[in-house]
Amino acid sequence: MMDTTTMTMPTETTATQPVKMSAKTVKVFYGEKRALHGVNVDIYQNEVLAMIGPSGCGKSTFLRTLNRMNDTIDICRVEGQILLDGEDIYDPRLDVVQLRARVGMVFQKPNPFPKSIYENVIYGPKLHGLATRKDEFDAIVEQSLKRAGLWNEVKDRLHEPGTGLSGGQQQRLCIARAVAVSPEVILMDEPCSALDPIATAHIEELIDELRESFTIAIVTHNMQQAARVSQRTAFFHLGDLVEVGPTEEIFTNPRDERTQGYITGRYG
Amino acid sequence: MTEIAEPMQAAAPMSTSRHTGEAAMKRLRQRYAAERRFKIYGILAITFACAMLAILMFTLLKGGVSAFWQTEMRLEILIDPATIDPQGTGTPAGWDRGAFQTLVNDALYRDFPEVSGRLEKRDLRGLVSPVAGVFLGKVLDKNPALVGQTVELWLPTSDGINQIVKGGIDRDLPEAQRPINDQQLAWFSQLEQRGDVRTTFNSTFFTSSDSNYPELAGLLGAAVGTLLTMLVTVAISLPIGVAAAVYLEEFAPKNKLTDLIEVNINNLAAVPSIVFGLLGLAVFLNFFGMPRSAPLVGGLVLGLLVLPTIIIASRAALKAVPPSIREAALGMGASRLQAITHHVLPLAMPGIMTGTIIGMAHAVGETAPLLMIGMNAFVTQPPTGLLDSSSVLPVQIFIWADKPERGFVELTSAAILVLLAFLITMNGAAIWLRKKFERRW
Repeated sequence: MMDTTTMTMPTETTATQPVKMSAKTVKVFYGEKRALHGVNVDIYQNEVLAMIGPSGCGKSTFLRTLNRMNDTIDICRVEGQILLDGEDIYDPRLDVVQLRARVGMVFQKPNPFPKSIYENVIYGPKLHGLATRKDEFDAIVEQSLKRAGLWNEVKDRLHEPGTGLSGGQQQRLCIARAVAVSPEVILMDEPCSALDPIATAHIEELIDELRESFTIAIVTHNMQQAARVSQRTAFFHLGDLVEVGPTEEIFTNPRDERTQGYITGRYG
Repeated sequence: MTEIAEPMQAAAPMSTSRHTGEAAMKRLRQRYAAERRFKIYGILAITFACAMLAILMFTLLKGGVSAFWQTEMRLEILIDPATIDPQGTGTPAGWDRGAFQTLVNDALYRDFPEVSGRLEKRDLRGLVSPVAGVFLGKVLDKNPALVGQTVELWLPTSDGINQIVKGGIDRDLPEAQRPINDQQLAWFSQLEQRGDVRTTFNSTFFTSSDSNYPELAGLLGAAVGTLLTMLVTVAISLPIGVAAAVYLEEFAPKNKLTDLIEVNINNLAAVPSIVFGLLGLAVFLNFFGMPRSAPLVGGLVLGLLVLPTIIIASRAALKAVPPSIREAALGMGASRLQAITHHVLPLAMPGIMTGTIIGMAHAVGETAPLLMIGMNAFVTQPPTGLLDSSSVLPVQIFIWADKPERGFVELTSAAILVLLAFLITMNGAAIWLRKKFERRW
């Protein structure tokens, strides 16, 4: 495979941004089966990188290697290098707890803890010892919920169960929970696939706002969504990273005919 | 046949469609009939089970309720210091406790001055409980100042009289078939006419321990023994069971060894309980030299017995916690252990509690393994520690069921009622706990 990162020119939004995360020939195996065949991609600071591709192409697998969520699967093995600010995150000396505080994650299905909204948000800060006093926690809760655009809807019922919210609100609560530990990167694994169009629009707006403070990598099945929220897009196919480049270019003028076929709907 | 089938049937001849024709209607009727049949089988099964339960409860109540009542007779007892304190010490320590019964008998002789012969006197003594002196002793222990006075006391009658009064034995039976002869019956009628007989709540049943005399036998010792045994059982089986379940479910790799362990745990749950008793006998008593009949050993044996139940229930409860919760916690940077202690275990707790209490209820009713470690000992005092000799409720029932006295027959039923109440309370607690800790959202 060609080194895809040098193949494309960064767009104006990322031109001045340093590389936040960088994957170098990442291969992932599930037992004997190879799920990723060597992925090279850079994620720039304060950009949204969208990952698209047909089901089973390895985009979610790749996303999960970025904060080592794959560690929980016994038979999963990762080769190659993934750098966060130039440090290899698979270095055995690196603490995975610290890594996940720096690289947060939002899952496909909203999964708030069955606790109050307040407790959901402060779970991460409490876990990492970022705050100790009640007023510090209060401030974190307010700030995080405001960032997730949920504050006005829930400020009067912070101590009600997070699972009592609607699906879209739950997902924004999960985003607030991820934001509360002030990560550097946020990974989103199809965050809108379980939501209705209005809630989806809400989250998409939110992603655009969050980009100012965080670096975001998002996996999506929805090509329009990728086009709307991302600055750069990576197209995965059968475990290969086929093409990565500015979103506009990928959708209007793809280089590879597989990408062309996918975005024009010939397969999916 | 049914309200639904009939209008369709009427329309059937008009149509030749595969789904509305005669054959189709027949299939539909058969399906409805099958569903109705199945429902009837279900109702029959429930009715049968309820009927059996009703019969059991009826039998127990009929035989056991009378044990909660005790017939007593009024006697004026002269507490003669010369009889009970022959050494003249003047302190309770110097009392000859065997002489209390003599005082009771003397009171009886005074009540019936016309009785004189040795045999007649023996018959007369047969009216009052042969252990009435023990009750007198309890009164004197509470109030030693009564020595030297004449006190009026209600004392339990003998088992035979008790049964006659409560209807366990028919007065009209031929003399040879009842424990009370005609003469005794005549004396007793005199007492009844004088108003010197009453039936009161049998508090002895709840405040004393095992005895050879039904009027003195109670469940306190067995209940305390059960409580101590269960404490040991829960202290052993809950932490070990939950820890094993958490390890197997959350940490252990899936391989041949863990598969083997899982199969063995499931098998262990089906091992006959007497085998655990033999294990206790061989390991705890013979190898470790622990005392026989002790709640500690009983608790250990029952703890091993319910361990598989708790492990299986806890694993099921852990498995039922959605993986998304684990992922959420791990994604926030929680370690595996933190994810489990902060989120998974609290969510699994109601299930674990239910499993544990059902296991405990199983252990409460277990008899066979405890016989193997000598918990069927005759123990007349409630145990005061884990190493004291003790019995437990089901074993007490087993012991009483073996005794020939009529009084023990009703005590057996009454003890079963108490054990059932124990079990209902525990199961009620299980339901309450589950409701309380259940995810409220």
